[in-house]
Amino acid sequence: MASKNNEAHWEKTKGLMKITLALWFFFGYVVFMFGHDINSMSFLGYPLAYYMTAQGSLAAFVIIIFWSTGKQQEIDEEHGVSDAGRDD
Amino acid sequence: MFKGKFVDNLPKIYGTYTGGFLAFCLLMAICEANGMSAKTIGILFVGFTVFIYAFIGYLSRTMQASAYYVAGREVPTVFNGMATAADWMSGASFVAMAGGIYFGGYTYMAFLVGWTGGYILVSSLLAPYLRKFGCYTVPDFIGTRYGGNVARFAAVLVLVLASFTYVTAQINATGTIASRALGIPFETAVYVGLASILMCSMLGGMRAVTWTQVAQYIVLIIAYLLPVFWISNKIGAGFFPHFMLGDEVQRIAELEKTLGLTKNSAAALKAAKVPGGLAYISNPHSAVPAGAMAAWKFISLAICMMVGTASLPHILMRYFTTPSVSAARRSVAWSLFFIFLLYFSAPMLATLSKIALIDPNIPTSIIGKSIAEVQGIKWVQEWTAVGQVFIADLNGDGKLGLNEFFMRSGVVVLATPEVAGLPYVISGLVAAGGMAAAMSTADGLILAISNALSHDVYYKMINPKADTAKRLIVARVLLVVVGVFGAYIASMRLTGILGSVAWAFDFAMSGLFFPLVLGVWWKRATRAGAVAGMLGGLAAGTAYLIYVGPKFMAQTPWLGIDHLRFGLIGAPVCLILMIVVSLATEEPDAKTQQMVDDIRIPTGKTVSGLE
Repeated sequence: MASKNNEAHWEKTKGLMKITLALWFFFGYVVFMFGHDINSMSFLGYPLAYYMTAQGSLAAFVIIIFWSTGKQQEIDEEHGVSDAGRDD
Repeated sequence: MFKGKFVDNLPKIYGTYTGGFLAFCLLMAICEANGMSAKTIGILFVGFTVFIYAFIGYLSRTMQASAYYVAGREVPTVFNGMATAADWMSGASFVAMAGGIYFGGYTYMAFLVGWTGGYILVSSLLAPYLRKFGCYTVPDFIGTRYGGNVARFAAVLVLVLASFTYVTAQINATGTIASRALGIPFETAVYVGLASILMCSMLGGMRAVTWTQVAQYIVLIIAYLLPVFWISNKIGAGFFPHFMLGDEVQRIAELEKTLGLTKNSAAALKAAKVPGGLAYISNPHSAVPAGAMAAWKFISLAICMMVGTASLPHILMRYFTTPSVSAARRSVAWSLFFIFLLYFSAPMLATLSKIALIDPNIPTSIIGKSIAEVQGIKWVQEWTAVGQVFIADLNGDGKLGLNEFFMRSGVVVLATPEVAGLPYVISGLVAAGGMAAAMSTADGLILAISNALSHDVYYKMINPKADTAKRLIVARVLLVVVGVFGAYIASMRLTGILGSVAWAFDFAMSGLFFPLVLGVWWKRATRAGAVAGMLGGLAAGTAYLIYVGPKFMAQTPWLGIDHLRFGLIGAPVCLILMIVVSLATEEPDAKTQQMVDDIRIPTGKTVSGLE
């Protein structure tokens, strides 16, 4: 069976997964549920919904994925199960 | 010149390569200035780059199973990110994406969100765990996690169906580009394209594909970004277009009002003999259609593309090549970054291309001018001659209206440099970029199919005693067979590029998404559940596709779920079957549960025991 340490590690990993997917859901879908309503607002001179689908959500995904990867690395190290030493 | 191990020298090697490629572009520019013909430049661009890829493929030849299947698991994070980006961005992304945005507007741009957001699913739910598992192929994971040849074979079935739908479109795209660049008939060009694809993968398998894909990414990203920046500066739209085209987007909205967005009737199009497949501007550039159905259409397409991303084996298997679990995870992030560079430029290219064509204040514009004058323009003549552009004076006023200029959507990217008056060397570069994009994806897909057939079907199911040499020969024979079959289908021109690309995502999500994710995240998932889910999901999705597909039964879609979105039927069926059947069968044995526990921890040996 999984050790206590491994179980705690997995609980934290699950927590991070949920937060990451919540952010993903917001930028991937929630924003576009209101696409028509927010398009009258503008950002950098672009209509907002147009901006989000052209760049905004895409950039948010990049930021979320690097943030989440960094967090997971912290969780792995905290529980002494990181294998980062093996690579590049 | 380079001391030490190959992988230690990667930055130097690819730095030199990039410099060499830029020098080649410069040389071509000088040749053009000295009177070299456009045709020769096109041939040299495509020929030179394809030769380089084939050379890399030759240098990466191998007779080791781990090098052939997973590139020896020594691909550094950032380079694997580049290779994945090339693997991912297909001929459709490169050639058809900006054109789709150009003609389809906001609704079409759901593809941008869908084709990027899926990587968050890959990194959070799958890639690190599959890497820890240490398999050679995606069905290898399914086969070992759930046990038994039936589960393995069901996964191979979904993989082959999804990847094969995708690969014919890629071979088609290489054929189209080779046909134009080399001036040979499409039916022959398809096989020329295939030969170049196979040269990159046959000798070295995954190792060769990895290092050619990195080279292909460099070419395709230069070929995409350079024209965007150049045109933007040329027409005074801003030196960094991505942050400075707000005015142009608003200007297009104004012009749409003054010029009028008209839908042509089918009868008018027929009377004017407009060739099928050519599009005209009738959708607003940046306006968002109102209503819940429009929002659902956008969101549902994004869901299918994202979930499909996380189920496509040719993408997932790229993360089997990193040295460690944490490297696999970071590599997904880098992949998304490199993909983002192209995707956030596509709407900018569409905007620039459109404004250069319709804004009367810009010298290159043609809308509103007299038709006789427009027909005298060189690029209009050339593209009309090959049936990619068409002009029809529908209202008989002698002037070109917005709804009277027709163009094949895929041509927007290829023709924009000429439309904006850039030197031909840029068009040659763009052709080389399109070729790189289509070739890299085709290589990844053909390898995914033939590896599944050689490793999972031949080695694991038919002949487990086969030695490495024999396995690798079988793998290569299958590679050629799959490629030739794909080229044969492509040469029959059965489908348009994008229809079939979206289908690949739907097939993959219908059959593979939940079996993969639950295999890691739900210990209770059983063999019977997985098999029922894969086969049931695939069957339900396929049946629905046949029901709504415009070329099949063409019935009215349910809730707007049309043939591009049939995964929304297949995947839920897969999930429900998997849960119900899993709970109805006995829980997996202790060994399997221990295996799942091991996958979840980055440290320690791979679960499969394969190096």
